[in-house]
Amino acid sequence: MATYQLDITREHCPMTFVKTKIELAKLKAGDTLEVLLSEGEPLENVPRTSQEQGYHVLGVEPAGEKIYKVIIQK
Amino acid sequence: MDFRADQIERYSRHILLQDIGVEGQEKISNGKVLVIGAGGLGAPVLLYLAAAGVGRLGVIDGDVVDVSNLQRQVIHFTPDVGKPKVLSAKEKIEQINPDVEVVAYHEFFTADNAFDLISGYDFIVDGTDNFPVKFLINDACVLGGKPFSHGGILRFEGQTLTHLPGTACYRCAFHSPPPPNAVPTCSQAGVLGAIAGMLGTIQAAEALKFLTGTGDLLTNRLLSFQAKSMHFRTVTIRKNPHCPVCGEHPVITGLHEAEQAACELKKR
Repeated sequence: MATYQLDITREHCPMTFVKTKIELAKLKAGDTLEVLLSEGEPLENVPRTSQEQGYHVLGVEPAGEKIYKVIIQK
Repeated sequence: MDFRADQIERYSRHILLQDIGVEGQEKISNGKVLVIGAGGLGAPVLLYLAAAGVGRLGVIDGDVVDVSNLQRQVIHFTPDVGKPKVLSAKEKIEQINPDVEVVAYHEFFTADNAFDLISGYDFIVDGTDNFPVKFLINDACVLGGKPFSHGGILRFEGQTLTHLPGTACYRCAFHSPPPPNAVPTCSQAGVLGAIAGMLGTIQAAEALKFLTGTGDLLTNRLLSFQAKSMHFRTVTIRKNPHCPVCGEHPVITGLHEAEQAACELKKR
């Protein structure tokens, strides 16, 4: 089970989730993706939409000033 | 395939959809669709399939753009009058989306070229304006094992069905063409321009659903609408065991030239 990283702190909706989906598409089932994103809209939407589309959100943790790390498993 | 950054942006609204996503957009980008007729139905079909990024779009039409086409054939513009429709369409498609490979056939769909034409495509769209060719497309696709979307419009009405190998075909629902002039063509009876868009976009959606394997196609069903009352209805159609082309004892085993011209008026 590999772990991958993605930084979408400079992206805006909806490219935040688009970029997340692009990375997730490259993963194998069981792999995890650690997504760095900004608080506010990305933090509200990316984990929720990931769950809605069948991915597992394993955790959300602070990763810097106004930055969070969302761990998503395929 | 890896999408370029500009393609990720371009197709982002498809990629966002759970039912399409990256994998679905790859299927669209690898898809090959033949649109027969670059007129009222073909125009919206081609515009939306081009925008969606279908990898190869074939378009066949032997006509040139006439000023009377412009009321509904929205892929053609006023300066295109006199130009082959397939050339006019190709120019617009390439401006909408340079990713799309356009194959333009400036000829009509006939019994002689039918199998060769459809063989290179995954899905066929009937955007023609007369019954003999609609039946020819049906027979070619049934015999050739190709999925296709039938569409027809007249006055304020439209109808469409989708055929996959093994499902009811156009002849299961409508056995054979009506006698010449029993049903008027658009050029005789008129057509509200916007219903070409209503029906053509349904056909475009069916093509994209087919390419991506999304949802339920309009198979074994006939969708029709009457835009004056804006009533839509869907009736179930069944595979007909007595169908002359896909029934248990088919009598149509090859293609024969359509006998009736699109419109007798055009012959003059």
